[in-house]
Amino acid sequence: MRWRYFKQKVFFLTIRVSAIFLAASIALFLVYLFVNGIGAINWEFLTQPPRDSMTKGGIMPALLGTFYLTAGAIIIALPLGVASAIYLSEYAKQGATVRIIRIGVNCLAGVPSIVFGLFGLGLFVVFLHFGSCILSGALTLGFLILPTIIGASEEALKAVPQTFREASLGLGVSKWQTILRIVLPNALPGILTGSILGIGRAAGETAPIMFTAAAFFTAKLPTSIFDEVMALPYHVYVLATAGTHIEETRHLQYGTILVLVALVLGIDLIAIVIRSYIRKKKRW
Amino acid sequence: MFLFIALVSIFVLGLIVVFLFMEGLPIFKVISLGHFLFGLEWYPTYEPPSFGIWPLIVGSFAVTFFASIIAIPLGVLSAIYIAEVAPPLIKEIFKPVIELLAGLPSVVLGFFGMAVLAPWLQETFDLPTGLNIVNASIVLAFMAVPTISSISEDALYAVPQEFKEASYALGATRFETIAKVIVPAALSGISTAVILGMARAIGETMVVLMVAGGAAAVPESIFDSVRPMPASIAAEMGEAPFRSDHYYALFATGIVLFILTLAFNLFADYISHKFKEVGSATL
Repeated sequence: MRWRYFKQKVFFLTIRVSAIFLAASIALFLVYLFVNGIGAINWEFLTQPPRDSMTKGGIMPALLGTFYLTAGAIIIALPLGVASAIYLSEYAKQGATVRIIRIGVNCLAGVPSIVFGLFGLGLFVVFLHFGSCILSGALTLGFLILPTIIGASEEALKAVPQTFREASLGLGVSKWQTILRIVLPNALPGILTGSILGIGRAAGETAPIMFTAAAFFTAKLPTSIFDEVMALPYHVYVLATAGTHIEETRHLQYGTILVLVALVLGIDLIAIVIRSYIRKKKRW
Repeated sequence: MFLFIALVSIFVLGLIVVFLFMEGLPIFKVISLGHFLFGLEWYPTYEPPSFGIWPLIVGSFAVTFFASIIAIPLGVLSAIYIAEVAPPLIKEIFKPVIELLAGLPSVVLGFFGMAVLAPWLQETFDLPTGLNIVNASIVLAFMAVPTISSISEDALYAVPQEFKEASYALGATRFETIAKVIVPAALSGISTAVILGMARAIGETMVVLMVAGGAAAVPESIFDSVRPMPASIAAEMGEAPFRSDHYYALFATGIVLFILTLAFNLFADYISHKFKEVGSATL
């Protein structure tokens, strides 16, 4: 008997240690980035373009570029994703079609980001002659985050109790009106959470925009969706690998990374907070 | 109407296939499929060039394998801790922290591997370079852990409460219940989690681009540099002349990578459906 409890103690200790190790490394990592990056960040860093072949100055064009790309991606992915989810959750009957769509969505979610990059290069940049620009990058990122949005929206729609729909249909309301007035409003916070996670993902991706949108350096700010832009993640990569002054620009790299991480994790945190709020608030 | 929109995902998947093949297949006019896949030399810019991606494939598998060795125990054990052992308050803290890890941009982790891990490895083990399989595997492991942990956790939660109660009623300890009842019952979900985690690692680009070292040769030790497939594509596409053999070869590498991850995903999907628990009546 003692031996059995001893084994249990050893096991619990092991899993506690591994969980704590994981959490501690994440925490330490974030603290490390903060300590190293905070020194570089000031008003000038956030509002000025890079100067002197990117050894001085700020990151404003990259910040703006990431904003454009991410906004474009969500504009493309949100309607497509929510509509797909409405079909899967409200209209589809279980069967071969739904099974195939689900496998398709899962496979799309598993496509490596660099393959999305190649796809964007092949279709938007080359075949449709958009060139390397905001539009190509936003479309590529939009398709990349589509599965995230479909998944979250479907879950949110499914969480709306069946009785809500029955009550509405019982009053003689049409199916479409029920979806529009009853189901969607109740699922909205969940859909929002999914979209925010999608935004976070799109803002942090590098590989899909390398060939489709991101520029090494542009002096002028974009004026149309057919312009190349700088983007934060790509800027980090460029500063860390391609410069001739990698060691001297370390503080700029840490500063850029801190802005990127703060942006992405800030976005994710908003989603997490909204979600835990829904879980507490809505108990149907 | 909604059916058509729902088919967009399939359509995009189809477009990906079409454009990968359209831009990738011409390479096979220059080199046979066998020589492309199993050729030992990747010298795309030499005269004459050679396009053998075997070193890149080995590189991809090497980093994925070692990353899995780190990530599987860490991810699965953390999932067991969160799902079965942790008190509610700690659970509330752990879950978002692991989700934050999932949200970290890969370029940031790659940078960390480059700027912090690489010099440390180089000094500690007295190596010519810290950018090698070990470094890439450690960083990739941290990218795969959130996937493995969160999907395993869902699988553990899905085990019916009756199983646990039955086990306790027979006098089993909590550990015995977890090891002999809960984990076996959740095994298909945990396997799915592991496969998806590995798929994530094999397709990850920025980390291997920045920390794997970039040597296109079959590695002989875990401290050798490698050039996994995504790294090769990302590093060379910018320099490859438009629609040259090199450009086609990179797209063809993309096809190999795509088919590989697709296989991983379909396999995961198959396992999770084949062995799906439907209530407590199926065991």
